[in-house]
Amino acid sequence: MMNNTRRGVLAAVAAGALAFTAAACGGDEAPAAAPSAGGSAAPAPAEKIEITLNTFGGGENFAYDDAVAQWNAANPNVQVKYVNLTDRFEDTYLPQVLQWLEAGSGAGDIIAMDEGAMGLMAARPQYFADLGQYGLDSRKADFPAFKYDVGVNTEGKLFALGTDIGGMAMCYRTDLFEKAGLPTNRDEVSKLWPTWNDYLEVGKKFKAKVPDAGFVDGANTVYNSVLAQEAGKNGGLYYFDKSQALVVDKNPGVKAAFDYVQSLSSAGLTAKLRSWSEEWNTAMQKGGFATMGCPSWMLGVISGTSGESNAKKWDVAAVPGGSGNWGGSWLMVPSQSKHPKEAADVLNFLTGKDGQVAAFKEGGNFPSSIPAQQDPTVADAKNAYFNDAPSGPIFAASVAQLAPVFFGEKHAQVKAAVEEVLVGADQGSVKWDEAWTRFVEEGVKAAG
Amino acid sequence: MSLSVDAGSRSRTVPPGPRRHARPPGSRRFWSWLDLRATPYLFVSPYFILFAIFGVFPLIFTAWVSLHDWQLAGDKTFIGMENYTELLADDKFWNSVLNTVGIFVIATVPQLLLALLLANALNKKLRGRLVLRLSVLAPLITSVVAVAVVFTQLYGRDYGLVNWVLGAFGIDPIHWQNEKWSSWIAIATMIDWRWTGYNAIIYLAAMQTIPKDLYEAAAIDGASPRRQFWGITVPLLKPTIIFTVIVSTIGGFTLFAEPVMFGAGLMTGGTTGQFQTVAMFIVKEGFRDFQYGYAAAAAWILFLLIMITALINFAIVRGIGRSR
Repeated sequence: MMNNTRRGVLAAVAAGALAFTAAACGGDEAPAAAPSAGGSAAPAPAEKIEITLNTFGGGENFAYDDAVAQWNAANPNVQVKYVNLTDRFEDTYLPQVLQWLEAGSGAGDIIAMDEGAMGLMAARPQYFADLGQYGLDSRKADFPAFKYDVGVNTEGKLFALGTDIGGMAMCYRTDLFEKAGLPTNRDEVSKLWPTWNDYLEVGKKFKAKVPDAGFVDGANTVYNSVLAQEAGKNGGLYYFDKSQALVVDKNPGVKAAFDYVQSLSSAGLTAKLRSWSEEWNTAMQKGGFATMGCPSWMLGVISGTSGESNAKKWDVAAVPGGSGNWGGSWLMVPSQSKHPKEAADVLNFLTGKDGQVAAFKEGGNFPSSIPAQQDPTVADAKNAYFNDAPSGPIFAASVAQLAPVFFGEKHAQVKAAVEEVLVGADQGSVKWDEAWTRFVEEGVKAAG
Repeated sequence: MSLSVDAGSRSRTVPPGPRRHARPPGSRRFWSWLDLRATPYLFVSPYFILFAIFGVFPLIFTAWVSLHDWQLAGDKTFIGMENYTELLADDKFWNSVLNTVGIFVIATVPQLLLALLLANALNKKLRGRLVLRLSVLAPLITSVVAVAVVFTQLYGRDYGLVNWVLGAFGIDPIHWQNEKWSSWIAIATMIDWRWTGYNAIIYLAAMQTIPKDLYEAAAIDGASPRRQFWGITVPLLKPTIIFTVIVSTIGGFTLFAEPVMFGAGLMTGGTTGQFQTVAMFIVKEGFRDFQYGYAAAAAWILFLLIMITALINFAIVRGIGRSR
């Protein structure tokens, strides 16, 4: 779920916070293994089979300890070995997995994959088992289309099922809002910004009263929030169309998100911070900015970074535009697995309602499975750090209306390259009137 | 030891005789040849075998990869020198070369000069000399990443100590990552903080091998301490200086951890590549964009650049002290 290096660095701090979140969710301990857990298990094979599950991320990232314990208790003949390989996805996990795939051995029977690399994996059908062969395509109705469709590869076969989901909300600091004379109640705050233009106007009011703090942290989070909505309006495309052709300059959604960031930055509303930098962390602790686009996993980042002294100073409101998603992961079975059928069964359990609810309880990972979202554990969840904000309903609402999206093979590279230009323009190393040309150029270069 | 014993026993026990079969002496000759000629090579071979596996093979394999369009877990097609021609026309690559050379120059030149002066000072009779000598070496035992993290915080734009001090003199906060000059200076200070003491200790060791009577003779002839330093110490340190310059060149050209930490852990080295070094460029191409072939070509060019620069530096340093 944590899809990049910077998040990996933060993971250690985030881990503590996630545990805190989980405790706050009213979950006690893992329920005794229900008979239904892993109900799809095949008739017991003659000998014990071990299924290795490889994940990434720091601390509690995938939070599968309870879920795996449930499965292992119910299925003595198919034991899952849960190995979290590293806390770093982009620079350690992904290169390692690609090398294993190329070598034809070494990978686990089930591997986890972050959103950024899904386009690449979908374009390599030869490396993954067809989950439809094991009947998992019957799970289609459990997932929102935008989550399910990403797991279908270029040959039209299902190769991955979703785990958690980012969703999108807007976190804000009540102390700074009070200083600016804005409402602090989350329902009133949500009403301040039904659209992104309203959000900009609120920012101007804020800045007039509190000139020494930024209204937004920087370019990254806002850009990703707006782009997720705009992609939905433009055929679900980000940087590539479905024939893998680069559309960074042709997709009106990308330009719209770019222009919006420019208008925020030109109005002086950003704190000119790069996400995941030291400065960004410090500003979070010291109240250097008032709002930030918040996927569900970002709550753990904020509480972990801001620390106990800032508890109750942060709150969660709805995101402008009403919907959005940033981040989230999938599980898949590499075709090199010796036990693809059993692996598919385990995958089915982990991505199913029980598996996702267990992960939510343990680590606060917001489920992508609709039945899991409707489970009272998730639907009624509150977050104590954020003034008991009803995080469950807020994130569920943000993903209810999302349109399906498509990730190109080189999505991650292009995303990294173009966002770099945005950060540069925000911070002043790139001039805004040259930024769009450069943005497109960098995208073209990164796409190779 | 065993060699000489065996050789001795052969000369004693194998007298020339027609009754002897040809075979035993032949096989014995083989064993003694093996013993005398081959065993020495066998004894030194572990190093060369390891060097072949971990040194020569990767070098050659990298060259082979660099001739391909080599995508990790993807297509591999032979394209000859295309990666190299593309690389030589890639302004991002040349930007990273410029950054590497720039940081190298502004870090290494003051560093080695400072180390030389420091070593000269430590070579004098001082109270607590051992403590002082040890303390200049202390930065070396700290982790590179720890140093980089601390320095990056010192150079922070909003909450950094350096900007706070500058602010006391009425200077506006500098965003150190934003410009080439400021990022280069910041990174150069990290390098110098860590390595100046190391070079100073090496110089100090070399200085202590210079015979004292040279200085005494110079002093009798009326040479000032400064004249003695430039006229005796520096010329006699030349082999050591050449060594430190070459080691610094290799270190400077493979600079990686400091700029990575300075740039929030990214391989881009700033929003417009203000401080992306060649090593970062290689990692970015190979392990972020999965273009192994392109990264391999860049690695080979880096290798050649290091060789060329080391030779140039060697030539320059060899000339030091010649005119004095």
